Amino acid sequence: MAGAELGLGHYMAVSAALFTIGVFGIFVNRKNIIVILMSIELILLSVNINMVAFSVFNGTIMGQVFAMLVLTVAAAEAAVGLAILVVYFRNRGEIAVEDVNVLRG
Amino acid sequence: MDFLADISNAAPEAILAGFGLAGLLIGAIGGDRISGLLRFLAVIALAAAAAAAVVQFGRGESISAFASDPLAPDGLYKATMFTIFAKVVAYGMAAAALLMSGGSLKTAQMERYEYPLLVVFASLGAGMMLSANDLMTLYVGIETLSLSSYVLAAFRRDSVKSAEAGLKYFVLGALASGLLLYGSSLVYGFTGGTGYAAIAAAPESIGLTFGLVFVICGLAFKASAAPFHIWTPDVYEGAPTPVVAFFATAPKIAAVGVLAHILFSAFGTHAASWQQILAIIAALSMLIGAFGALMQNSIKRILAYSSISNVGFALIGVAAGVEDGASSVLVYMTLYVVATLGMFGGILALRRGGKAVDQVSDLNGLVKSKPGIALGLMVLIFSVAGIPPAAGFWGKLQVFTAGISADLLWLVLVGALASVVSLGYYLRIVWAMFMKPPGEALDRTEVSVGLIVALTSLAMFPVLTIFIQLLLDAAARAAGG
Repeated sequence: MAGAELGLGHYMAVSAALFTIGVFGIFVNRKNIIVILMSIELILLSVNINMVAFSVFNGTIMGQVFAMLVLTVAAAEAAVGLAILVVYFRNRGEIAVEDVNVLRG
Repeated sequence: MDFLADISNAAPEAILAGFGLAGLLIGAIGGDRISGLLRFLAVIALAAAAAAAVVQFGRGESISAFASDPLAPDGLYKATMFTIFAKVVAYGMAAAALLMSGGSLKTAQMERYEYPLLVVFASLGAGMMLSANDLMTLYVGIETLSLSSYVLAAFRRDSVKSAEAGLKYFVLGALASGLLLYGSSLVYGFTGGTGYAAIAAAPESIGLTFGLVFVICGLAFKASAAPFHIWTPDVYEGAPTPVVAFFATAPKIAAVGVLAHILFSAFGTHAASWQQILAIIAALSMLIGAFGALMQNSIKRILAYSSISNVGFALIGVAAGVEDGASSVLVYMTLYVVATLGMFGGILALRRGGKAVDQVSDLNGLVKSKPGIALGLMVLIFSVAGIPPAAGFWGKLQVFTAGISADLLWLVLVGALASVVSLGYYLRIVWAMFMKPPGEALDRTEVSVGLIVALTSLAMFPVLTIFIQLLLDAAARAAGG
């Protein structure tokens, strides 16, 4: 069955779609900062799909090593992000995106 | 090459990593009581790292480490003369920023042992990303710097402003990391390698250009170049002043240095794809920085816009390309971060009843209450504005010369316009200090803060005005090797 085989282009399309959803999730979302954290994870995962797909199609292992590093750093990033969010919540008592507006000028 | 040789080749970073881990252990046992001691030790460790980098610079050649891995034949770590120069300045600035932070940390009840360690880890990240010879090392270095910086920005846990600064920095910084990573993945996919040498050897392709653009966006964010500058004024205003003194110096020269380095080395063969982008980013940064600051009242916000504008000037040198511009970038950024360090020293001296104040009106009549600080600030402001005879003028001259010799006359004209506009807010600060009647009395200035202001302002005028050739020679040597 021609055309049914998964090519590099398919993986790249999924990755690009995930990346775009992640970026839009950060900018369009007006409700909750937790959603922003989820969008950031989505961006990092889209990168991982790209990395692993390229690694398989290029025949080099570096992409998979890179993906491992990204996974590790993503965990650290989520931890730091949630910690800052807790600090923010203790000060403001809410985490709505619209209300992050003390600093402006 | 064995492991010990690798470690000794990466000595500056090894010192910082070793100290950081040991310091965590000491801090966990000793608690916040020993934070003063840890800060003192951290200053020494950063100075030692700077000294180790100076020794490396003296060897006059690129230094590789971890090059024996068959998976990464080009080596994951390679400190070129260009990046070693930037590292020396970055570590030195980090040490000085930490040195003058003591009193403000105490009065703001922020004296916790994590503070000096976070600065050390952030500097380690800055050094690692400068020494990267591979996109993986670059990414890990940038994240080490960024994650420490997010925490530092939110370090004053009981302040809404500080928490919000940390949150904004985190969200936008994570987005920038995402852009950088997505770009890295495209570059890897279309060149088949993550090493700088492999990227430079790869043929031109549309995928590579896409990846390059993403990578530039991610790095421009870290350097706070327009149009990725949105976070800068908010973070500068909200984060505690000693933290901002660090943000504005060490990571700044590291970010501009790493942007220049990756474009010159990994993407050097693809220069036609990025030169226009860099020229536009430089022009936007200079203009947005110059016009944005005009309406501000907070000195920290003004300095944030000033840093956006000054990064734009440095990027003229990057856009000019490696032959014309490399040394001018180093000269400009060195002069800028040294002067900025002194200016933040001046802001640290502005405390009233133990509370930090940062409005332009708080500077009123400073020449009466603190004549030394006022004079020092004036010299530093003139230097950053590029007014002769202060040394900053030489930096501007260098990047403008680089721009003209690279046929970027329009960019130089934009830079000249931005310089004139930015005089508006620089002179407003000087006017407030010298011509307005003084307000309420300010607290006593600490010795370390006064020392830094004195040293940096003396460096800007008259020391470097006269001995600028030493800096120019060192930068030329760095750019050559």
